[in-house]
Amino acid sequence: MTTSRKTETPAFPDLSTVPRVDRVGVEERCARFQTRSIKKESKLYALNLVLSMIDLTTLEGQDTPGKVSQLCYKARHLHDANPGLPHVAAVCVYPTLVRTARKALGDSGIHVASVATAFPSGLASREVKLRETRFAVDEGADEIDMVISRGHFLAGDYSYVFDEIAAVKQACGESHLKVILETGELSTFDNVRRASVLAMHAGANFIKTSTGKVQPAATLPVTFVMLQAIRDYYCKTGRMVGMKPAGGISKAKLSIQYLVMLRETLGKDWMSPDWFRFGASSLANDVLMQIMKQQTGAYQSLDYFSKD
Amino acid sequence: MSTSSGSKISFDTEWEYSPAPESTSHVTIEPQYELFINGEFVAPQDGTYFETINPATETAITKVAAAGDGDVDLAIRAARAAYEDSWSKISASERGKYMYRIARVIQERAREFAVVESLDGGKPIRESRDVDVPLAAAHFFYYAGWADKLEYAFPGKAPASLGVAGQIIPWNFPLLMAAWKIAPALATGNTVVLKPAETTPLTALLLAEVIRDAGVPAGVVNIVTGEGSTGAAIVDHPGIDKIAFTGSTEVGKIIQRAVAGSPKKYTLELGGKAANIVFEDAAIDQAVEGIVNGIFFNQGHVCCAGSRLFVQESVAETVIDKLKDRIEKLIVGDPLDKNTDIGAINSKPQLEKIEEYIRIGEAEGAELYQSGCAVPTQGFWCRPTLFLNTSQSHRIVQEEIFGPVLAVQTFRTVSEGIEKANNTPYGLSGGVWTDKGAKIFHMTSKIRAGVLWANTFNKFDPSSPFGGYKESGLGREGGLHGLMPYVRME
Amino acid sequence: MIEKAKSTSQRLPVAKTYKIYVNGKFPRTESGRTYPLPGSREDPAANICLCSRKDFRDAVVAARAAVSGWSGSSAYLRGQILYRIAEMLEGRKDQFVSELVRTGLTKRVAAKEVAGSIDRLVYYAGWSDKVQQVFSSVNPVSSSHFNFSMLEPTGVVSVIAPEESALLGLVSAVAPVIVGGNTCVVLSSYTKPTSAISFGEVLHASDIPAGVVNLLTGQRKELLEHFASHMDVNAAVYYGEDSDEIQSLQEHAALNVKRVAIRSHSDFQKASSQGPYHILDTQEVKTTWHPVGI
Repeated sequence: MTTSRKTETPAFPDLSTVPRVDRVGVEERCARFQTRSIKKESKLYALNLVLSMIDLTTLEGQDTPGKVSQLCYKARHLHDANPGLPHVAAVCVYPTLVRTARKALGDSGIHVASVATAFPSGLASREVKLRETRFAVDEGADEIDMVISRGHFLAGDYSYVFDEIAAVKQACGESHLKVILETGELSTFDNVRRASVLAMHAGANFIKTSTGKVQPAATLPVTFVMLQAIRDYYCKTGRMVGMKPAGGISKAKLSIQYLVMLRETLGKDWMSPDWFRFGASSLANDVLMQIMKQQTGAYQSLDYFSKD
Repeated sequence: MSTSSGSKISFDTEWEYSPAPESTSHVTIEPQYELFINGEFVAPQDGTYFETINPATETAITKVAAAGDGDVDLAIRAARAAYEDSWSKISASERGKYMYRIARVIQERAREFAVVESLDGGKPIRESRDVDVPLAAAHFFYYAGWADKLEYAFPGKAPASLGVAGQIIPWNFPLLMAAWKIAPALATGNTVVLKPAETTPLTALLLAEVIRDAGVPAGVVNIVTGEGSTGAAIVDHPGIDKIAFTGSTEVGKIIQRAVAGSPKKYTLELGGKAANIVFEDAAIDQAVEGIVNGIFFNQGHVCCAGSRLFVQESVAETVIDKLKDRIEKLIVGDPLDKNTDIGAINSKPQLEKIEEYIRIGEAEGAELYQSGCAVPTQGFWCRPTLFLNTSQSHRIVQEEIFGPVLAVQTFRTVSEGIEKANNTPYGLSGGVWTDKGAKIFHMTSKIRAGVLWANTFNKFDPSSPFGGYKESGLGREGGLHGLMPYVRME
Repeated sequence: MIEKAKSTSQRLPVAKTYKIYVNGKFPRTESGRTYPLPGSREDPAANICLCSRKDFRDAVVAARAAVSGWSGSSAYLRGQILYRIAEMLEGRKDQFVSELVRTGLTKRVAAKEVAGSIDRLVYYAGWSDKVQQVFSSVNPVSSSHFNFSMLEPTGVVSVIAPEESALLGLVSAVAPVIVGGNTCVVLSSYTKPTSAISFGEVLHASDIPAGVVNLLTGQRKELLEHFASHMDVNAAVYYGEDSDEIQSLQEHAALNVKRVAIRSHSDFQKASSQGPYHILDTQEVKTTWHPVGI
């Protein structure tokens, strides 16, 4: 991530210029992405890229250091039967498990992402959220996945939301900030677009759809709306912002459709784990099965792929 | 949105889509196709055939019979006999059931229809598969249900069939137009002589097989292939009770003159030069998508294409930038590749016409912008083309190009938008993009056109009437209103 | 109609000059030509305007200018105005009866024709805000769109009025055109023009905006081609059975793809000479799509 902007105070954006969004039009466009037929070499390329973009995630109340260590091993060794596979982009955990993950991942190059700011509801005082963010960073998180205050957003208190994101961004220090909009609670695509603009202007390095705890989580249409917001922000400011759809993406075919959408919306520069992530827990094995199918010609069984 | 950092999106990605050709293994093309008259495939009386070519490769696909006056006469007599002996005698509900059968068989043979449509006409398989063929089946399904309910369609009147309908259809939606024409005619109890366009006869002949296989009585539908002279023979034949024509305004006028003084009823679905108007308060990204869909759908071979774009000045730069980005991602090429967005131009003369208009536009001083996509060397191709800085006085703004060429103008006020939109002899369709409801209704009521798409474009449905104002034609096809041209009211 | 003073003691009646009705005014023909009122030997001074193509051209300009206001007025208002025309006609019933008697009708038949004309206006007045409801549709399309089709007036209509039925035929021709929001230019009966001219006076007194109905007098054979070929006319309604006229009309109409309605009614008293389908002849169906979704 190229630009560092933590010294300047971000300016509140002019929300009146945020374009409106028509849901039916968005859905039609997404249906077009889904008709792209990705075969052979282009499919294999895409599957490998998807693997490298995964934020392998466990965000359960029952998470333990043992569970997280196993997940981290999986992150480093996706499928050792097939050498040459990329590793995932990051492992995403709760703040108290960051230290475990950090240790387990070592020098693998795999980032540790931590949710913070009273994930998933975001209902805590600003002070608590900032302390939690600093805690996660101190424990070794490379990336912080915060949630916005949806209640304030829906009540129209946009400056509260904006200031909070800016404050969390500052608390992140050198760590990258992903801002979870929890689009499933924002009701309209107009709100998603507006929240995306708020988050980007407040300093988000990534914008992210969902916590995974609310339905609907990531969908192609809502991700598309956010990609278009990123596009406009980039064209206006020159700053790239990353995108992370999270929750509900468990099939390789769907993940390739996301890449098609990414390719045809933000193009070349975003086609990397630096700028696009999948927040997912079970996607990796389906992608692995597809890769093995491409290589061997035989349809695969999950019994041959480790579940951690 | 007003300021720009100058940062551009690069679509020059390492990840290319591998070829994804639709399988053609289930399609058999016969070496020669005959006329479909009185339930049978028969050779033309004078033994004349013409070649139909694949516009993507310029190679001949097969030979097709050219119907002469004698063949047309035979077909019309067959249609008359079928009308009198069977079709007008069987019950309306049975008539409907035959049509349901046709719809079902089209659905069953959908993939075959789609492949042949793309082979013969050059349109991308994605469109023939997702639009043309399913809509054709849906038209039969929709009108099948009307057959025994016609008394509810015409309050206070008892509708009666006309007799024999002569139908002449264009090359841009060969199967779909055949369905648009045949379905309402059959539902209302008429019999049909249909002439497909000479560059795209094959799916209509496949449809003939479907109609035969559905057990429709012989002569109820007759399909005669040929050139303009075959169409003229139908129009001029005294045994015809109704003419339904879709094609150019020029030929439409010739037909209207030709039937003058005769009792023949007629409907004409002719050319267009639709305005697509984007206001500053529109959902801009969806508007851009609508602009693309409006002009590049089916290579722009669409009478209702949004070929005149009007963008409000305050958002013109943004919209045009986005439009340029968007068309970079349109894939032009093999119509049978599932990823193709824009297929082949239908014929060499049509390509020459489009290229001529591109030269005219440049000579008129409009700013040409074409996508940088590669196109195959063999075949008829045209890159997605924008003309910027055009004005109402430009020929490329006034005349129907029928290709992937968009003329872009700006406007400032609502009234200026309306005035420019209506400043044309055409009136087939129009598009309006704004998030403000009151403005939508204001615009859609002021634009003089038969189909208004608000915050969408190029949508079609069997239940939705379609047809033009002014020189874009008369009469409606589709929906309840599409029944009226095929009945006499007692 | 000009009555001679029978004796020196009687006052000289003030005779009416027959003029055309264009743009809410009563001009003479620009051509300066007239023809004697047919069948009025006793009234040698009764001359009727023999309109030229330029009169027609001027009338089309007036009709075009009136389209926006008239088509934009509410259906309710158009109904009110048609009803107002009926009221005005009712008030001048006797005048119309006596004019029709002069065309050769018996007083009884003339009275029936006038009454029928009034009733026809009332009939169409009532359709003003119903025709849309009966012939519009909401179309259940398969995609996420709201889709409806509704009627709109086609614009400027040229009307070749019936030659024989000078008043009821005229009213039957004009009412369905204007009730739907069109404006029109009418060629009245050549042989029986006085009813049309007097009908213009009724229109003038009835709140109908200038230019909505323009009434010309003159010869079909001179004017028909222009009524059919004018590029700013959207539709033509023809009453008659002359096959040469019909062919000529239809051929010329093709110049700009005019909608053409050919009607032949021998008896305008019959119910079949009226109806909403006559309104539809000069209506367009407009279909509008809009997405549904937030």
